[in-house]
Amino acid sequence: MPKMNLSHFEAAILFALFASIVLGVITKRTDQERLRYGVRCFVYFVAALVGLGWLMYLGHG
Amino acid sequence: MATDQAKAPSIGTWAPVVGLGWLIPGGGHFLLKRTGRGTLLLVSVLSMFLLGLMMRGAMFQPQTGDILTTIIYCGGFLGDLASGLLYLLATWLGYAQPDVAGHVHDYGTKFLVGAGLLNVLAIVDAYEIATGKKD
Repeated sequence: MPKMNLSHFEAAILFALFASIVLGVITKRTDQERLRYGVRCFVYFVAALVGLGWLMYLGHG
Repeated sequence: MATDQAKAPSIGTWAPVVGLGWLIPGGGHFLLKRTGRGTLLLVSVLSMFLLGLMMRGAMFQPQTGDILTTIIYCGGFLGDLASGLLYLLATWLGYAQPDVAGHVHDYGTKFLVGAGLLNVLAIVDAYEIATGKKD
């Protein structure tokens, strides 16, 4: 099994991607709603990631 | 109460779906002929688990002690176990990464647990489909 080195950002984006796919698949009733919800979850994940990143950067001084 | 029991789905309708869904991510959906959704679940959980292995994440072993230790290690072990055959195969084939410092290993550990937790969501979805609570 090859070893993989990812940055914080890459790992968090991949986590967000797969979690969003699963959340989209299991929550809604039509494919259109599932797609929209999955994309929305991914956008929220990324927004939280960038927002918290800036918060930690600014908080660190 | 008696009406609720009469309406309760029999174990035969959902147990195979839940069992297969645990062993193979998305397996419950395949059994219920939801192949598209099953494939997406399988690809997501499998990718996350494999990424966790490639990042050399550690598998949790159940430990007891103070409440936080018990919650983290027993909960983490259950999360790992929820990946089903992926977890069983990895441990049977000798995957035993020690818990070492470093953000990549740390993410790997979380990816392994996260894969199991996503599989739990998939199992619950398959259960609801099998019992007629959703499509």
